[in-house]
Amino acid sequence: MHALTLPEPGHFDEMLLQSGGIRSHYRTFAHWLQAQSPSVLAQKREQANQLFHRVGITFALYGDDAGAERLIPFDTIPRVIPAAEWEKLEAGLAQRVRALNAFLEDIYHEHRIVKAGVVPGEQVFANAQYQPLMQGVNLPGAVWAQVTGVDLVRHADGGYYVLEDNLRVPSGVSYMLENRKMMMRLFPELFARHAIAPVDHYPTLLLSTLRRACARENPTVVVLTPGHHNSAYFEHAFLAQQMGVELVEGRDLFVRDDHVYMRTTAGHKAVDVIYRRIDDTFLDPLAFRPDSMLGVPGLMQAYRKGNVVLANAVGTGVADDKSIYPYVPEMIRYYLGETPILDNVETFQCRHPAELDHVLANLERLVVKEVHGAGGYGMLVGPAATRAELDEFRARLLAQPENYIAQPTLCLSSCPTFVEAGIAPRHIDLRPFVLTDGRETSMVAGGLTRVALRAGSLVVNSSQGGGTKDTWVLEE
Amino acid sequence: MLSRTADHLFWMARQMERAENLARLLDVSLAVSLLPASRGGADVSAPLVLTGTLDAYLARHGEPDASRVLAFMSFDAGNPSSILSCIRHARDNAHAVRGKITAEMWMSINATWLEARELAQGGAGDQAFFDWVKERSHLFRGATHGTCQRTDAFSFIRLGTFIERADNTARLLEVKRHLLDDADAADYYAWSALLRAVGAFEAYHALYRDAPSGRRVAELLLLRPDMPRSLRACFDEIYKWLARLEGDNGRAAKRLAAELRAAQAYTSVDEVFEAGLHDYLTRMLGDITRLGALVHEAYLEAA
Repeated sequence: MHALTLPEPGHFDEMLLQSGGIRSHYRTFAHWLQAQSPSVLAQKREQANQLFHRVGITFALYGDDAGAERLIPFDTIPRVIPAAEWEKLEAGLAQRVRALNAFLEDIYHEHRIVKAGVVPGEQVFANAQYQPLMQGVNLPGAVWAQVTGVDLVRHADGGYYVLEDNLRVPSGVSYMLENRKMMMRLFPELFARHAIAPVDHYPTLLLSTLRRACARENPTVVVLTPGHHNSAYFEHAFLAQQMGVELVEGRDLFVRDDHVYMRTTAGHKAVDVIYRRIDDTFLDPLAFRPDSMLGVPGLMQAYRKGNVVLANAVGTGVADDKSIYPYVPEMIRYYLGETPILDNVETFQCRHPAELDHVLANLERLVVKEVHGAGGYGMLVGPAATRAELDEFRARLLAQPENYIAQPTLCLSSCPTFVEAGIAPRHIDLRPFVLTDGRETSMVAGGLTRVALRAGSLVVNSSQGGGTKDTWVLEE
Repeated sequence: MLSRTADHLFWMARQMERAENLARLLDVSLAVSLLPASRGGADVSAPLVLTGTLDAYLARHGEPDASRVLAFMSFDAGNPSSILSCIRHARDNAHAVRGKITAEMWMSINATWLEARELAQGGAGDQAFFDWVKERSHLFRGATHGTCQRTDAFSFIRLGTFIERADNTARLLEVKRHLLDDADAADYYAWSALLRAVGAFEAYHALYRDAPSGRRVAELLLLRPDMPRSLRACFDEIYKWLARLEGDNGRAAKRLAAELRAAQAYTSVDEVFEAGLHDYLTRMLGDITRLGALVHEAYLEAA
């Protein structure tokens, strides 16, 4: 028997009811779990650790002096989603991604949504993520974000909410795939007992999305990485290998007569589609940062002439910025004429004085985020903050209110997780990966579940001590 | 294939081969250092001379001492030619192209690095460690042979392996030349140690059924096509793998490889000794270096 800690009252747990009962979609698993000896499961966890180390599924931390690679802790209790729930999520995600792509096409062309007064112009055009050199550029199929990672959380009310959209270079999909592989290796019997939707065709879906991003027949696709010091290098290499395409660095590419080529052992070879895992401003030292050694001089010129496809497009960051986030439901209504299927989290924009006042008055109950922050850095979790931290943020908010948004502290749902003292609830989120070629939207069932391993913590980022779980969508 | 990828694959294989050869050399040094000086013992600086690290060693440690040399060449992370450093370079090169090698190759080389790092905490290089290095190298080669697709990637890996091995075999003979030159003053123990180091002890006895002599050892390690570590065998392989590479840009490298192979195939051991072993080996080492440079120019830094 395992020591199962029950969730606290008022929290939503994916597996356990307040009464200690098991939600129906977890029953088979819970039954299996109780029949396993804790020491065998501990061995399996150790085995998983060793395997991840040997395979080298590690990530480098920024600012880590040792430059050491760490494992992202993997928890062997899966996050399970019933089919009906996923169906609704899938529809909502597809809808959201369609609207975000329409928004990007619009703000780099006619600015209809601004002219209609739905999104304020200064939020778009004064945004550091808005790339003026993309104005008027026509992309094949009008697709700006071929790959979108949408962060979802489930609140105490049992409903899912979109926490943020990631339209630049969303990462984490390799962990989703490796976590599944690990679970199948450690616990094959569980896969015999459940009908679990497969995920391992993701690289095939990605490749066909990338190939369709280009009008040319049989295009040459490459993955562009900043190199093996990047924290997500494992994923870049993994995806390139799984898709059977070249993994290139900037120095492997060059531009001649506005066409992009790669240097190969048999001479140079034309490149048609670049799945780039480098931020906009590092892509081309001639167009952006002259000091960047990562990019390819002349790439932007070739891109704007339509001689090469970049996925995702340059300038998508403006649509996933936290200052634009509050307008996404409006975008869905405006471009698609539909009712948003997925809800946003209520968001206060501190640049509005009335909303700033509300935030300042309720700081200890809110989460405050930097508008351009990412990775869980530069945020304040009010209920967990010390007096000094609250004071510091209060000063920051007053100094630069436009830099911040605030949201109610969501009580992220929890999922039973192995901890030192047995099994206890830990907070989780979900990042599904949505692919689109402009006509069709596709995704594999589920996504990456991240888990905050510290008791009570709501920060799931791997750079801040988060772990991951396998995510099962049960087929009916 | 990307030129950079080919470069990483080539050096991954070279560094792994270098680690193995170093283990072989240190193994023989250790064995010989246990012999009395009159039987060829006390030759403790050979590994330093061979890897060109004698000056670096002298500056840091002074007079060569058997166990310190072994530690310096085995585990010293500050010595770029140590076994530990070779394994790290091999692993770093593999890491840079991990999408281009199979999961089994990567796991093998990564586990080797992780374990080597731990073994290095233990201290001195000893026979158990050298055996371990050879074993890990065999394992990596096995994973490569058993799982790697026969594309240009495999050719560059094999090319790196044999260019490195040719270089190492020539160096090993050059360092032990004083034994070979003295052609008939056979010193059974020193010869045996040398043959064992290159895994040729059994083959020698099967072929010659006699106590080792300098001339025969030289013939075995320079000219026999059926000895996998001989110069002749390495040149055969280098020629073969180079010839398989697509494209015209490797013409100069392919020509030199063909010349070296032909010269090695039609040379007799008497001719080698007439020309003088030292001159012969010096010329070989120069040719191997030149070949490596041509391969680099043609494939690994191509524009």
